Amino acid sequence: MGDQTVNSYIYSPPAASSARKLCFYSAFTHPLLIQGFLLLNYSNSSSIDRSAQNHIMDVSTGDIDAPHSMGTTIIGVTYNGGVVLGADSRTSTGMYVANRASDKITKLTDNVYLCRSGSAADSQIVSDYVRYFLHQHTIQLGQPSTVKVAANLVRLLSYNNKNMLQTGLIIGGWDKYEGGKIYGIPLGGTILEQPFAIGGSGSSYLYGFFDQAWKEGMTQEEAEQLVVKAVSLAIARDGASGGVVRTVTINSEGVTRKFYPCDKLPLWHEELEPQNSLLDILSAGIPDPMVS
Amino acid sequence: MGGSYGSTLRYKSVERLKPVGKHSLIGASGEISDFQEIMRYLDDLILSDNMWDDGNSLGPKEVHNYLTRVMYNRRNKFNPLWNSLVLGGVKNGQKYLGTVSMIGVHYEDNHVATGFGNHLARPLLRDEWRENLTFEEGVILLEKCMRVLLYRDRSAVNKLQIAKITEEGVTISPPYSLKTFWNFSAFENPTHGAEGSW
Repeated sequence: MGDQTVNSYIYSPPAASSARKLCFYSAFTHPLLIQGFLLLNYSNSSSIDRSAQNHIMDVSTGDIDAPHSMGTTIIGVTYNGGVVLGADSRTSTGMYVANRASDKITKLTDNVYLCRSGSAADSQIVSDYVRYFLHQHTIQLGQPSTVKVAANLVRLLSYNNKNMLQTGLIIGGWDKYEGGKIYGIPLGGTILEQPFAIGGSGSSYLYGFFDQAWKEGMTQEEAEQLVVKAVSLAIARDGASGGVVRTVTINSEGVTRKFYPCDKLPLWHEELEPQNSLLDILSAGIPDPMVS
Repeated sequence: MGGSYGSTLRYKSVERLKPVGKHSLIGASGEISDFQEIMRYLDDLILSDNMWDDGNSLGPKEVHNYLTRVMYNRRNKFNPLWNSLVLGGVKNGQKYLGTVSMIGVHYEDNHVATGFGNHLARPLLRDEWRENLTFEEGVILLEKCMRVLLYRDRSAVNKLQIAKITEEGVTISPPYSLKTFWNFSAFENPTHGAEGSW
């Protein structure tokens, strides 16, 4: 039975984790269809190999031991004078939200930041290495690193380890030669300099939005509003994105971090105004809202 | 009220609580098409029961047992109905609450849950449930559980309904959203001093 990995995406996929340990490269959980295999799996798996989820109360909870993945929505946008980076804050292990307030926008140098998506472990290790190299580079150069150099270092790591890594990154920063720049580095290690970049699983929902809403030469205000709106829209539709919206604005003056909790975000289609409790609605005196 | 399609939150107003007959309410998680099929089976069941016209009506215990048989037999044929169901009701003053899973595991208890609720809500309920809760206290407790699930379950959407079953019958609230809390100082700058962490 061993290594069966079938992606079933009609509904929340169930998973048994005994075979997962063999899938070395899986950053996203590869759910194992239980169905009829459940009976056979139990008889085949050794008791030493059994996962922590020994007694599956409900098969739909998935694998809590799955590798941490930041499903994510990440965005980088240039504007007249700098860049704005934005991200959601959800890190998940399978279907469980391991961290609802993560910080996916990581500092590489004072003037260059990185948005991380995909495998949490892979993106962290890449950012750690690049920060280390850039630190030395800055000392040797005697001045702040350019965004291009930072981006290329990231590319080297992503490209040369493409078989082992599963992380999509967006580099954004400001330097005195080129001003604000955004570089997108998706899965295989391609490097693309872009006026704006989107990444992560939530970005699927934003391609149309950016086609319509993106404009050249925005002001800082406009760019920040665009980023917040976009991340918020993606959070509304992507199960792997959620939590708060974080933005980092980088320009000649420096770096500003902003934090937008859920209540500061607009409501989208079919979303309702949050309440404290049903009891408040009931006591508001509207003729009996509870219907048979 | 969410209906996911893989990791996409595709449908945001799916009604997953439905009354069954006069005395019961069913709540479902999992495959929506299978839930709709189950509702057809239940409607047929209730109809046949009414056709006897003998003054008797199926109570929650009976409906739960029927569902258990259906789910277990489908599982035996390697063609399960991919749902976890909660069945509650009141008949002749007797309260009943039970659950059935897609493989036919069934039991009754004072508090039950499906999916992530088993891991996140049941511990809360074990601590805070007690006999003779009022409706208001029950709502507060359930909302506490639902809020945790909203934070920690990727397939959750912020829209829910609460249903109340008494001897008089079943009532279901209109859909509403819960406030969530993000304004902790620890959330504002979590990587301060530990760049690259989360």
